[in-house]
Amino acid sequence: MSRIDAKDAISRAHYEEWARVVAALTRRFGDLDIAEEAAAEAFATAVERWPADGVPPNPGAWLTTTANRKAVDRIRRENKRDGKQKEAQLLNDSDPPEPLGPIEDDRLRLIFTCCHPALAMETRVALTLRMVGGLTVSEIARAFLVQEATMGRRITRAKAKIKAARIPYRVPSADDLPARVSGVLAVLFLVFNEGYLATGPDAEPVRYDLTAEAIRLTRLIRALMPEDGEVAGLLALMLLTEARRAARVSASGELVTLESQDRGAWDTALVAEGHRLVRERLAAGAAPGRYQILAAINAVHTSARDIRDTDWSQVLALYDQLVRLDPSPIIALNRAIAVAELDGAEVALATVNRLENRLAGYHAYHATRADLLRRLGRGQESRAAYDKAIELAGNTAEIAYLTRRRDEPA
Amino acid sequence: MQYLVSVIYDTADSATAAEMAAIDAFNERLQVAGHWVFAGGLASPCAATVVDNRGGEAMFTDGPFLESKEYLAGFWIIEAADLDVALKLAAEGSKACNRKVEVRPLLQPDA
Repeated sequence: MSRIDAKDAISRAHYEEWARVVAALTRRFGDLDIAEEAAAEAFATAVERWPADGVPPNPGAWLTTTANRKAVDRIRRENKRDGKQKEAQLLNDSDPPEPLGPIEDDRLRLIFTCCHPALAMETRVALTLRMVGGLTVSEIARAFLVQEATMGRRITRAKAKIKAARIPYRVPSADDLPARVSGVLAVLFLVFNEGYLATGPDAEPVRYDLTAEAIRLTRLIRALMPEDGEVAGLLALMLLTEARRAARVSASGELVTLESQDRGAWDTALVAEGHRLVRERLAAGAAPGRYQILAAINAVHTSARDIRDTDWSQVLALYDQLVRLDPSPIIALNRAIAVAELDGAEVALATVNRLENRLAGYHAYHATRADLLRRLGRGQESRAAYDKAIELAGNTAEIAYLTRRRDEPA
Repeated sequence: MQYLVSVIYDTADSATAAEMAAIDAFNERLQVAGHWVFAGGLASPCAATVVDNRGGEAMFTDGPFLESKEYLAGFWIIEAADLDVALKLAAEGSKACNRKVEVRPLLQPDA
């Protein structure tokens, strides 16, 4: 066994088994903190031992057994320190660890606990990436541009609250499931979007680590809840967005908008997978939720070989459906872009202007106005709108694009 | 597991007869389902007296220990298996008394 093979095996095991190990330990010991620490120690032990001893035939089982032993050691140590004689948790100490089979429910439990509505959104995101995704605290801190110590405290506080308030470790009941699943999807969509439109002057324009992690976790939930339409919808939406990643930022680090993208650079495998999911949901015949409609809009865009082949009336019909479901001004803004293609910039601009009260602080509102004003030949107003958009935008590639557009002659 | 459900007073309107009736009905549901431990409404903070006897001689101060626009108007102590159950009950309670409420676990005695 070469060192390289062992290293590969450890990365693969980390990728495939981390959530499973944490989930199984959380169920056995009823404590996220113990589970997390023991899982981390088990992987550290693998790093020490596998290169010398060889990769065990069943890496997942080895990791779970090792992590179980680490957890038991910790509980023993703490009991000794606290002068306790007995701990119920250790009663089945000598039992063999539970077989690693499709105990998928454990990972689902873990996800629902990490995304519990009694935790703040930023806490849910951090906890999910740590416990389910297996990212280190420092990786998560970097992803969200906060100090490692701050992120560490956030996760520690969350674990303490889960324990003290007894946030349950289970899949919610059927009544609560739709709302809770949508809470989980919101967490994953946030992770994806932060990757896709990374903010901050020093951030890469697209944080591939975050979009990839969001897709991986959404795939996991899809495997665990294959019947859920919104889970399929979110996965399709992410895949169809991710498919365009390579075409979306130019070599000079500038955002390339949909109309100017080299469609030959799109990832055809991801497009095909996304289209398959959208078709699956259409065939299901159930009323679609917002992620399914957004995925369908993206499917229309990615079906056109050329921007001129885009079926804008289909896009608009889908936005109309979406507006009925979600009256958010951001949806209305995106709808206006389809309106511009069908009814002209004048009509679209009137629609966009009506959103000013609610979107004046949002860079895309000003960028959309700037583009429409330019099309209408209102250069001065367009320039002012670009200025405002640049001032509010946080993504480096987007700022570069908006700046060039502003300085181009109309 | 026990949780304190604090009723937070943050608007000037006082409890209506309809709210009182809804609270009674909610209390009864708590009792029937075995969630009831204790509950009470509180007089306004201006009736409060702060007592500090850490220095050997008890000091009495007129008024609440914290002046605030939001204050505790009442509370329930409920018995619930976990936070999901407690939050469901608290949501019912909030609707009944028409106020926002805070759910906080009581410390558990060491097992």
